[in-house]
Amino acid sequence: MIDKLFQNLTRISAFLILLIVAWIFVVLFNQSTEAMQTFGLDFLTKDEWAPNVDKFGAYAAIFGSVASTFLAMLLSIPIAIGVAIFLSEIAHPKIKGFFGVSVELLAAIPSVIYGMWGLFYFVPILRDLTGGMGIGLLAAGIVLAIMILPFMAAVTRDAMNTTPDILKESAYALGGTQWDVIKDVIIPYAKAGIIGSLILALGRAIGETMAVTFVMGNVHKVPTSILSPTTSIPVTLANEFTEADTSLYFSSLFGLALTLLIMSFVVIAVAKFYFLRKARRA
Amino acid sequence: MSPVQKRIFINKLALIFSTLSAIIALAFLFWILGVLVMKGLSALNWNIFIYEGAPPGYEESGLKHALVGQLILVGMATGVGVPLGILAGTYLSEYGKNSKLANTIRDISDIMMSAPSIVIGAFVYAIVVLPMGHFSAWAGSIALGIIMIPIILRTTDDMLQLVPGTLREAAFALGAPKYKVILNVVYRGAKAGILTGVLLGVARVAGETAPLLFTSFNDNFFTTDLSQAMPSLTVTMFNYATSPYEDWQQLGWAAAFILSMFILGLNILGRLILLSTKKGK
Repeated sequence: MIDKLFQNLTRISAFLILLIVAWIFVVLFNQSTEAMQTFGLDFLTKDEWAPNVDKFGAYAAIFGSVASTFLAMLLSIPIAIGVAIFLSEIAHPKIKGFFGVSVELLAAIPSVIYGMWGLFYFVPILRDLTGGMGIGLLAAGIVLAIMILPFMAAVTRDAMNTTPDILKESAYALGGTQWDVIKDVIIPYAKAGIIGSLILALGRAIGETMAVTFVMGNVHKVPTSILSPTTSIPVTLANEFTEADTSLYFSSLFGLALTLLIMSFVVIAVAKFYFLRKARRA
Repeated sequence: MSPVQKRIFINKLALIFSTLSAIIALAFLFWILGVLVMKGLSALNWNIFIYEGAPPGYEESGLKHALVGQLILVGMATGVGVPLGILAGTYLSEYGKNSKLANTIRDISDIMMSAPSIVIGAFVYAIVVLPMGHFSAWAGSIALGIIMIPIILRTTDDMLQLVPGTLREAAFALGAPKYKVILNVVYRGAKAGILTGVLLGVARVAGETAPLLFTSFNDNFFTTDLSQAMPSLTVTMFNYATSPYEDWQQLGWAAAFILSMFILGLNILGRLILLSTKKGK
C-alpha cells in the first residue's frame, strides 16, 4: 500500500516537470495570441516598437539579442578555449586545482553583479575610449562575454579532460610537441563535447537578462553601429513588463518571451542532443 | 628555420597565447571581484542589518527589508523545489531507470536548467500575478521554485544512481519493501550528494534577479506579508544601482557583497561535503 503510494508520489513529481514545461508554452502562446493576430509575421520582421500608437515589432529586440550574443561568443570563445587548454594541459597541478575551482566559483556569481560592474566601471572606460555613450551593443557584448567566460571555460575544460591519457602519451611518444598533441589529439577527440559546451554557453548568453540590462540602453532601434544603444528581448521584458498599459502591449511582451523561449530551447536542444550526446557516445 | 625549430616555435607561441588568455580572463574576473569586495566592504556597517529602506539621503537606511525578504523567498522556493526535485529524481533513478519516458524527463529538465529565467518570470506573472491582481511573495517563490526543481532533480538522479545496486539487493533480500529500501538504504547512501545538490540549487536560485522583477516585484519597506510584493536583495540591488543617488548605490554594493558571500559560501560548503565523503571512502 505505502509502496504504491510512494511510487505514485515520485511519479507525479516527475511528471510535474513535463507538465510545467508544457504549461509554460501554452500560457505564453495564449497570452501572445492577440499580438500574433494583430501583427502576424510583421511582429517578427518589423522594428517599429511604439507603445503610444500600439505598434509593436520585435525585430530590433531579436536583432539585439542575436547581435549581442554573437559578439559575446566572438570575444569569449578564443579566450575560453585558451583558458581550457591552460587548465587541462599547461598549468602545474597545484595551480590547476586552485585556478579551476576559482573559475567554477566565479561562474556562480550572480549575473546582476556583472551588470553593476559593467555600468559603474566598464562603461565609463568604454565611453572615454570610443567617445560615444558607452552603453550599447559593444558594452553589452563585452559584459556578456565576461559573464559567460567562467562557465564556458569550465565546461570546455571538462570536455577536453575526457581525452584518454593513453592517446596523449602515444602522441608524445611519437615526438609531438604540446601544441601538436592539443591540436591533433585532444581537439579532434573532444570536438563534439567542446562544440556542445560552447553552444550551451550560447544558450545561457541569449537568455541572460541582468548582465546586459544595465549596459544596453533599451532603445528600440536596430543599431547603426556597434556603439549604438539598442535592446534585446530580455532587456525589453525587464524594463517594460511592469509598464505595459494596453492589452496589446502586454500581449506583445508575451510574444517576445515566447520568441526568446523558443530560440533558447532550440539552441540548448541542439547542444545537448546533437553534440553532447555524440560526445558521450564516442 | 628547420622544421623542428618551426614546430617548437609554433608550440611556444600557442602555449603563450593560451597562458595569456588565462591571464586576461583572470584579470577581468579579479577586477570584478576586487570591485565587489572593496565597494561592498566599505559600504558594510551595522545600520544595514538594523534599518529598512529609506528615501535617499537618510542616515538610517539599511537592507533589513531586503535581507529578510530574500530569506523568505529563497526559503519558500526551497520548500517547494527541494521535495519535488528529490521525489522526481527518485522516480527517474529508482522506478523509471532507462525507460524512454525517464530519459525524456531527463532531457526536458536539462533544457529547463538553461532556459532563460526571465521567461519563467513572465509565465508566473500570467498564472499567479494576473489572477491575484497584484505582485506577491508567493509568485516570487513559485518562480524560483520552478527554476530549482530541474537542478535538484538532476543531481538527485545522478547521486542515487551512484549507490551500488548490491546495497539495494541486500535490503530486498531481507524482505524490505521498495519504499523502505529507498528511504532507508538508497537515500542514506546518497545523503552527502543530495545535500550538495540542494546547496548548489539554493545558491543558484538565490542569485536570480530576472524572475523576481515582475513576480515578487520590490518594496522599500520591511514586510512579512506573503500575499504582497516582497523586497529581495537582487531586485533591490538592481533598483539601487540604477538610481542616481550615491548612498543608494552604496547600499546596492553592500547587497551585492552580502549575496555573493552567501552564494560562494554555499558553493564552497557543497564542495567540502562532497570532498569529505570521497575521502571517507
